[in-house]
Amino acid sequence: MRIALLHSRIRVEERLLLDELASLGIDHELIDVRELVFDIHDASRWTSLDAVIDRCIGQTQALAAVRVFERFGVRSVNPASVIEACGDKLTTSLLMARHEIPTPRTCIALDEASALAAVERIGYPAVLKPTTGSWGRLLARVNDRDAAEAVIEHKSTLGSVQHSVFYVQEYVPKPDRDLRVFVVGEEAICGIVRHSAHWITNTARGGVASVLEITPEIRDLCARAARAVAGSGGALLAIDLLEAPGRGLLVSEINHTMEFRNSIAPTGVNIPRRMIEWVVATSPASAARGPAPSTGAPSAPSTLTPVPASPRSRASLIEELKLGHWAAFDAHSRTEVA
Amino acid sequence: MNPTASTPPPALSVECTECAASITLERQPLCGEIVRCRECRAELEVTSVSPLRVELAPEVEEDWGE
Repeated sequence: MRIALLHSRIRVEERLLLDELASLGIDHELIDVRELVFDIHDASRWTSLDAVIDRCIGQTQALAAVRVFERFGVRSVNPASVIEACGDKLTTSLLMARHEIPTPRTCIALDEASALAAVERIGYPAVLKPTTGSWGRLLARVNDRDAAEAVIEHKSTLGSVQHSVFYVQEYVPKPDRDLRVFVVGEEAICGIVRHSAHWITNTARGGVASVLEITPEIRDLCARAARAVAGSGGALLAIDLLEAPGRGLLVSEINHTMEFRNSIAPTGVNIPRRMIEWVVATSPASAARGPAPSTGAPSAPSTLTPVPASPRSRASLIEELKLGHWAAFDAHSRTEVA
Repeated sequence: MNPTASTPPPALSVECTECAASITLERQPLCGEIVRCRECRAELEVTSVSPLRVELAPEVEEDWGE
């Protein structure tokens, strides 16, 4: 068994994953995505790999590299389809709506006038988010029409092309906290409560973490959300939940390259070890070769390993999420915004 | 002769490129690893381990995230 850790920066999380690979005696290598040169006609450099664990911080680079590895027959965790499903909030929301998983009400619009109509449809306060990005960056809560017009104009004028997709969501009046659940495969292995007096509760923005009890409701909801984005193959995910008064839990976001350094101590769960163990246990090479070698010695080069049957191909994902010709789109009702 | 005497461990201290404070690392770093200066809080990327060198880490980019 040989595993590569694909990275662009080595943060605490990557160090912890490397430590677990070493302690489990798994042959591994580091691949800096910035140094990669792929000859797409020659996969021989990579065929000794049984799996690549994507830990790139940049989604565009990650997706490009993972697509190549998968085409070369190297399993990627997470796979490209999961990166696509989770790395774009629009796709995540569409999948949640499609699978009837409770999620904040969301509208999409593609120009300024439609964006304002989408905000008015959602009602105030509303939240505008970029469709990519993390850590609470560039979230805007708009409490009235004046604020909505200002934010929409700023996004149109100052934002990148990506900001021409207006992702508008209801503001959920949650308590001063949200929940993050770590999912390995489909199993919710642990979770944290992120507290903050600010409406953005990300720990990256100063939220403080404490342990979350994994209730049957949380376990079931997270398993359903994981299946929605990863099919039956499972994935390594961090699922953010909101407690909506009178409505129960809502799936807010799903992260495919989760950060966990601040969650190990409060939960008491060795999250990186559980991640590595799952990758090994679900690898086709494990079934073929038995337990991972304990010496850390390089394993024999494998033949081209078939990618495990993908529960949802990219083509079916695209087909599943076909939008049609809507200027402003309500992800939940498939009706055009008036 | 002690074989380790002729091969001293690599230095684990480096100067912060932002504030010139001395940064001491607890373990041998990896190329690409991010370290933080305790003095100025700058995030630095290890660009070489022998000799140990750091550069200011890139600012967050649009598609960065979890």
